[in-house]
Amino acid sequence: MAFEYAPAPESRAIVDIKPSYGLFINGEFVDGQDRNKTVNPASEEVLAEVSWATPEEVDAAVKAARAAFAKWSKLDGKDRAKYLFRIARIIQERSRELAVLESLDNGKPIKESRDVDVPLVAAHFFYYAGWADKLSHAGFGVDPKPIGVAAQIIPWNFPLLMLAWKIAPALACGNTVVLKPAETTPLTALLFAEICQQAELPPGVVNIVTGAGPTGAALVEHPDVDKVAFTGSTEVGRIIARAVAGTPKRVTLELGGKAANIVFDDAPLDQAVEGIVNGIFFNQGHVCCAGSRLLVQESVYDIVLEKLKRRMATLRVGDPLDKNTDIGAINSAEQLSKIKALSKVGEDEGAERWSPPCELPSNGFWFAPTIFTGVTQAHRIAREEIFGPVLSVLTFRTPGEAVEKANNTPYGLSAGVWTDKGSRILEISDKLRAGVVWANTFNKFDPASPFGGYKESGYGREGGRHGLEAYLATH
Amino acid sequence: MTTVLEVAGSDAELRRFLHGLPGVDKVGAEARAAGLGTRSIKTTAKAWAIDLAIRMVDLTTLEGADTPGKVRALCAKGRHPDPGDLSCPAVAAICVYPLMVPTAAAELKGTGIHLASVATAFPSGQAPMAVKLEDTKAAVVAGADEIDMVINRGAFLSGRYLEVFEEIVAVKQACGDAHLKVILETGELVTYDNVRRASWLAMLAGGDFIKTSTGKVSPAATLPVTLIMLEAVRDFRAETGRQIGVKPAGGIRTTKDAIKYLVMVNEVAGEDWLHPDWFRFGASTLLNDLLMQRTKLTTGHYSGPDYFTLD
Amino acid sequence: MPRIKVRKTYKLFIGGAFPRSESGRTFEVDGHNAALASRKDARDAVLAARAAFGKWSGATAYNRGQILYRAAEMLESRRSEFPSEEVDHAIDRLVWYAGWADKLAQVVGSANPVAAPYFNISSPEPTGVVAIVAPQSFLGLVSVIAPVVVTGNTCVVVASTLESISFAEVLATSDLPGGVVNILTGKAAEVAPWLASHDDVNGLDLTGVADAALATSLEQQAAETLKRVLRPAEVAWTDDPGTGRMTAFLEIKTVWHPKGV
Repeated sequence: MAFEYAPAPESRAIVDIKPSYGLFINGEFVDGQDRNKTVNPASEEVLAEVSWATPEEVDAAVKAARAAFAKWSKLDGKDRAKYLFRIARIIQERSRELAVLESLDNGKPIKESRDVDVPLVAAHFFYYAGWADKLSHAGFGVDPKPIGVAAQIIPWNFPLLMLAWKIAPALACGNTVVLKPAETTPLTALLFAEICQQAELPPGVVNIVTGAGPTGAALVEHPDVDKVAFTGSTEVGRIIARAVAGTPKRVTLELGGKAANIVFDDAPLDQAVEGIVNGIFFNQGHVCCAGSRLLVQESVYDIVLEKLKRRMATLRVGDPLDKNTDIGAINSAEQLSKIKALSKVGEDEGAERWSPPCELPSNGFWFAPTIFTGVTQAHRIAREEIFGPVLSVLTFRTPGEAVEKANNTPYGLSAGVWTDKGSRILEISDKLRAGVVWANTFNKFDPASPFGGYKESGYGREGGRHGLEAYLATH
Repeated sequence: MTTVLEVAGSDAELRRFLHGLPGVDKVGAEARAAGLGTRSIKTTAKAWAIDLAIRMVDLTTLEGADTPGKVRALCAKGRHPDPGDLSCPAVAAICVYPLMVPTAAAELKGTGIHLASVATAFPSGQAPMAVKLEDTKAAVVAGADEIDMVINRGAFLSGRYLEVFEEIVAVKQACGDAHLKVILETGELVTYDNVRRASWLAMLAGGDFIKTSTGKVSPAATLPVTLIMLEAVRDFRAETGRQIGVKPAGGIRTTKDAIKYLVMVNEVAGEDWLHPDWFRFGASTLLNDLLMQRTKLTTGHYSGPDYFTLD
Repeated sequence: MPRIKVRKTYKLFIGGAFPRSESGRTFEVDGHNAALASRKDARDAVLAARAAFGKWSGATAYNRGQILYRAAEMLESRRSEFPSEEVDHAIDRLVWYAGWADKLAQVVGSANPVAAPYFNISSPEPTGVVAIVAPQSFLGLVSVIAPVVVTGNTCVVVASTLESISFAEVLATSDLPGGVVNILTGKAAEVAPWLASHDDVNGLDLTGVADAALATSLEQQAAETLKRVLRPAEVAWTDDPGTGRMTAFLEIKTVWHPKGV
């Protein structure tokens, strides 16, 4: 008899979602003009109405940030630190609420929002809080100054975590911010706005303008913005880089990727399989640093594929709020159709598609974990970012070939290497043109560890001491 | 199939084979075990898992102070763990020292409950080979149908794999029809690489079960060690077609823990192992916690230790 | 009768060789004819720079430092060919940057105390091929090339002075591998757009671009492949340069590895 896990849903009673949200400008929620809906991607249920900020509303937010900058930037570092520590603590106290809301609005499994996203968010604020009064020791000059007003635009894949990556270092360095969450995942940012109120953060230091592309464009192009920080697609990254050309605005961009995850024949195979699974199926594959290209040494190809398929058959796809769900909902109908379209291309190009038997819910946006075998570097699914739970499997024979294939992409965000041989790890890590190399692990994040890409994966680093540079007037 | 079984000609051959097994990354293995430990097993699934766990218990007493009276009480408890609820299943086996086997055999006759005896100079295994074999035979003759032997950890750690292998082969032979559980004493093997190698060595030598611990060494059973052993039996069956059982023993005291193990069995080895023939818990206090949780599920309120028998 | 001087022909510097422009064109600089680089010269220079990148970026930092120091020695011995008010500074600047080669990773790298059992280390790596529009001054030229190559990048420099080719001759006798520095004399407005839009260029230093509209347009072109861009700036070249020109064309790579027995 099989072990059927009964439903184990996390209660959503802990979250009080308002029917409608305004924009968070100068410490207060103000009604916006352009009302839109945000839905639960697991059910298509409307969660709330939110405002999409108009250029005038963006201007009001930038003005509030500018006005607040005068005082905030002069505030003693140890006092800025105290505000950030407060925020970190409130996030810990309200962590379950934040996790449930994140899973509702984003579709990610509660076990990830609860065990990964929200703890990292709190840790990030805690980490940068500690920097606020130590900036003169950070290696960016004896008396480093903030840049000014930061325009920050974040994606929908890790809504609250990306907010933390943006806001924590900016505030620690004495900047004020206007942050735009993604249009499909605005709710945790709005709850964060409430947390700022609870922390009695001075008005205008953090402003949240919800909205879509036009809101983001108005923010990037606003003449009184000193710094632009963006995480999202390479396509939009290009537009932003063009838009700020010729201005004094400083920019950091964290963009797409097509990471190679290289498995050598002497790898710890069972852990490698976990790393492959975590690399591509974590967060439904909506991860810029996802290990979306598996490069397996030919001599262990059969055993790795067998183990991988067996492991994939145990993945539980379904209700994001169920504590046993491994793979939640695709974030939007639009993203789902992109994933479907590229998967179709994979089939048309002759790659072999495989998914474990898995029942998908009838409402909402879903995609079964999928692998394509028989993929070569010439296939589009080996080159283009799919941003979904779709893995392309390629093979190699020698270390040189593995490195060559891994680097054969315009992207350079992350890479993985699995081998029990220490010297090989060091040499391969040196040769991989990627900002993060996970050796015998994958998709690990920490506030103390810098993250960011080479080549078309963007520039600048977030996290660690290096993450301060983006928010200090160093040059 | 034959390739795997033909590696036992010498220490060198065994070393080549065992050290050719994929390594285990400690951090990754522990993360996987912890991840499985976050599964939330509720309501019907929990009730099912508790009954299965009870049926998998090797109810154990291995004390210098053991007496026939104590063993008789334990056997009674094994037959009817919850005298007030006849729907409660019996345990898988009673596990005792060789001297207690005759008493237990008499108590268990006709019940379908297996009788396990530790042997081979349990728990250290530090006795001459002839003594270990006599120990085994005596237990079988007295009525044990399962033998829990210990491997020679000293020999294993110093690379004398053939010696360990041949001991297991000899004990297996001495067992006759009795099932052989091979105790690796993973707490003394220390590394997961060693646990994986010892698991394969025991399986190659003919063990029917691989068991983590004697219960006399700390740490005893842990989730990551059991993970490595479950991977080993899974891979061994894939390679040879022969299915081997797994028994974590020692340190598993709560229902919550037991369910984590069952989740691991389910997701790592697969549902073929979700049966008392293929998975056992070596435990004593675990049983009462399983019974308390079982009662909570049927009555809807929490129970207390005074409502369950001590033995 | 005075001796008839042997004149120097000022050519381009590509892949360690001194070719004429493939276009056959020259332009007059201070009474001399200099090769006028074309789009195709830019293309060839990028190829040379890319070809040199693997070995140069893989060289030991000590080795790169030695070669830059050698360039300082060579410049010292040919100081009469360069503007006297700048050459001392330029030599000292090369020596200064030479010393950075094996120290920068310690200054800008880090060991990261992550909250889990992992070894976690960040170190700088060169960005790749960097296109540089050099400033007019000789000290400026040296001050933009040295920081880019000392860290392991290779570069294509657009310059318009005769000294830039004389400096190429210094580099050519300094054991600097061919292709690490390529110098194109010509017009920034003509050549730089081909470099800014080149897919195989990773960084763009616009320090010497005087025309703001040109700088904006080059930065816009660079956006297409997300090149790292150093914007034009008025620089007092004799000031302490700091590390900014080196870090502008560095990537921080972070490596994780579990710790366990």
